[in-house]
Amino acid sequence: MSVYDLPNKKGHFGPYGGVFVAETLISALEDLQKQYEFYRNDADFQSELSDELKHYVGRPSPIYHAKRWSEYLGGAQILLKREDLNHTGAHKINNTVGQALLARRMGKKRVIAETGAGQHGVASATVAARYGMECVVYMGSEDVRRQATNVYRMKLLGATVVPVESGSRTLKDALNEAMRDWVTNVENTFYIIGTVAGPHPYPMMVRDFQAVIGNEAKTQMQEDFARQPDALIACVGGGSNAIGLFYPYIDDVNVRLIGVEAAGKGIDTNQHAATLSMGKPGVLHGNRTYLIQDDNGQIIETHSISAGLDYPGVGPEHAWLKDSGRAEYVAITDDEALAAFHTLCRYEGIMPALESSHALAYVAKYAPTLPKDKLLLVNLSGRGDKDMATVAQMSGLTL
Amino acid sequence: MSLDSIKNLLNLFNRQGDTKRTNRIAKTFAGLKEQDRKALIPFITAGDPHPKYTVPLMHQLVQSGADIIELGVPFSDPMADGPTIQRSSERALKHHVSLSDVLKIVAEFRKTNTSTPIVLMGYANPVEALGHASFAAKARDCGVDGVLIVDYPPEESSEWVQCLDQHEIDAIFLLSPTTHQQRVEQVAKMAKGFIYYVSLKGVTGASHLDLQDVNTMLMQLRQYISLPIGVGFGIRDSATAKAVAELADAVVVGSWIIEEIEKCSESELLNNVGSLIKKIRVAIDEIQRNVDNTL
Repeated sequence: MSVYDLPNKKGHFGPYGGVFVAETLISALEDLQKQYEFYRNDADFQSELSDELKHYVGRPSPIYHAKRWSEYLGGAQILLKREDLNHTGAHKINNTVGQALLARRMGKKRVIAETGAGQHGVASATVAARYGMECVVYMGSEDVRRQATNVYRMKLLGATVVPVESGSRTLKDALNEAMRDWVTNVENTFYIIGTVAGPHPYPMMVRDFQAVIGNEAKTQMQEDFARQPDALIACVGGGSNAIGLFYPYIDDVNVRLIGVEAAGKGIDTNQHAATLSMGKPGVLHGNRTYLIQDDNGQIIETHSISAGLDYPGVGPEHAWLKDSGRAEYVAITDDEALAAFHTLCRYEGIMPALESSHALAYVAKYAPTLPKDKLLLVNLSGRGDKDMATVAQMSGLTL
Repeated sequence: MSLDSIKNLLNLFNRQGDTKRTNRIAKTFAGLKEQDRKALIPFITAGDPHPKYTVPLMHQLVQSGADIIELGVPFSDPMADGPTIQRSSERALKHHVSLSDVLKIVAEFRKTNTSTPIVLMGYANPVEALGHASFAAKARDCGVDGVLIVDYPPEESSEWVQCLDQHEIDAIFLLSPTTHQQRVEQVAKMAKGFIYYVSLKGVTGASHLDLQDVNTMLMQLRQYISLPIGVGFGIRDSATAKAVAELADAVVVGSWIIEEIEKCSESELLNNVGSLIKKIRVAIDEIQRNVDNTL
């Protein structure tokens, strides 16, 4: 049996990934590749990282058997990987701790980040405070307006939030602007990308930092259930929480891998963010991957109730896993996600992030079709406190 | 004789019949060299401020002293550009200017100008959407001479360059102050037409060009590169344009022109852009006059 070993040296996952950036960024990326390649195999770095993940982030995150919800659905047993219990309330911190430690070893005193809903921005501001670094977060001005609480949170943590006024004024424009900052200040600045996208080595590096989720799960499943799950289910925007769970299982071909994208108001409308389901391959933000684009190759604005899934691209490794048939990708609408949000609140006393609610909503459809002895492991990638205002608004209330 | 070699011969024959259309970039630089002059390469975005002005603007650029025209292909996410060129892209996209529209603009321009080289500059995704082979064939038919795709570095470009080569379009590449020697040699092998040296770190429209650095870098680059070298990014006054002309083979001006386009009313557009180009032309040609004076 062949062992999965992508990406190759050039950062390619089959036809996807790569380094599609202007010449001005190449040497910075080459430097990052070299440094990461070294620290990835450096015992001292890895032990510092594990120590931080244990004492600062609060890992390992438990696997919780949602018995009441499983019983209610009447099919497979549903297990939740509780990334919502991490410090700052989502999986994002796994990656920002890793990249910040790398930045420190590379002697960079300033970190920058892009953010959509603000979760990655908060996770970046958090680690910058923790390690005493200057932090600048780029955020579309439209998102700044929609996510005022997270903007304030980042400011409390000492970060500067720069509203981006170009393009659609959302996540993709924040990413463009962060790239521009990086090109200009590359000598003292480390760019912390929040998902498994961007030019090589980012998709690989972010995956490696998030793989702690899947690696823990493998051990925990063996300990608690004496076997591995039948399927893994995770939401996919850029796809970092999904790849973090999937990656250690790629060679375990008996475990199904199911990524859940945001169908927004429906994949037959033009208001969705279901990139793998509805997009076409192209080049954006430094890599070749599936993109939501028009016939002329212009990137189209996406829509999802959950800001974390509202992105017109997707990590190149997911594009490859889709084409190779190793993973399946499905889409869940805003309404279905919202229903799952409410169900988990009522049946398990857990308030999931709207992103994670997409994975839960798919499970709510899938579990009843399976016998009771099947095990579904869902990545509960974040907690839903941040989504209170959105949920209230969808229910016709204002807080 | 195999079928392939017959095809190759036929191709060769067809191309020879067609040589009037090709090598405009090389001819332009050769002509300038004979006169001891430096090339002026203005950049405008196709469709900015409105598609109807692009062809007249291109003719105006030529009449006012441009040697080569760099025509920007608008893109929704121009990552390597500063705010000025981003805005020009957004203005063009308001009119839904696509890559196919840009090619039509070039074809229209070619109806009355068959000598001035046109270099398209843009981002990968519109080209990917059209398909490399289909794009290259259409671009050649419309009279495009060179293409620079900002986010196709040489590492990702072998198939792309081959495709352009087949259609006798020059693949233009960027080099920057951070490009190390090994990559300069790699680019030297792949590039055609001219090399575009990005004179500073950062995005287009920034303004901290260090001429001493440019001079040092160009001397290093010339050890490996025989193509003409154009310098751009950060040229926004006559003094800088002149100073760059002393060092480089071509002066590329973008944001400075776009700012002029932004500032003036539509009725002043052609005149004002023309005056600006003339001003830059005079500055660039001054280096020639200085040389003459010393004779």
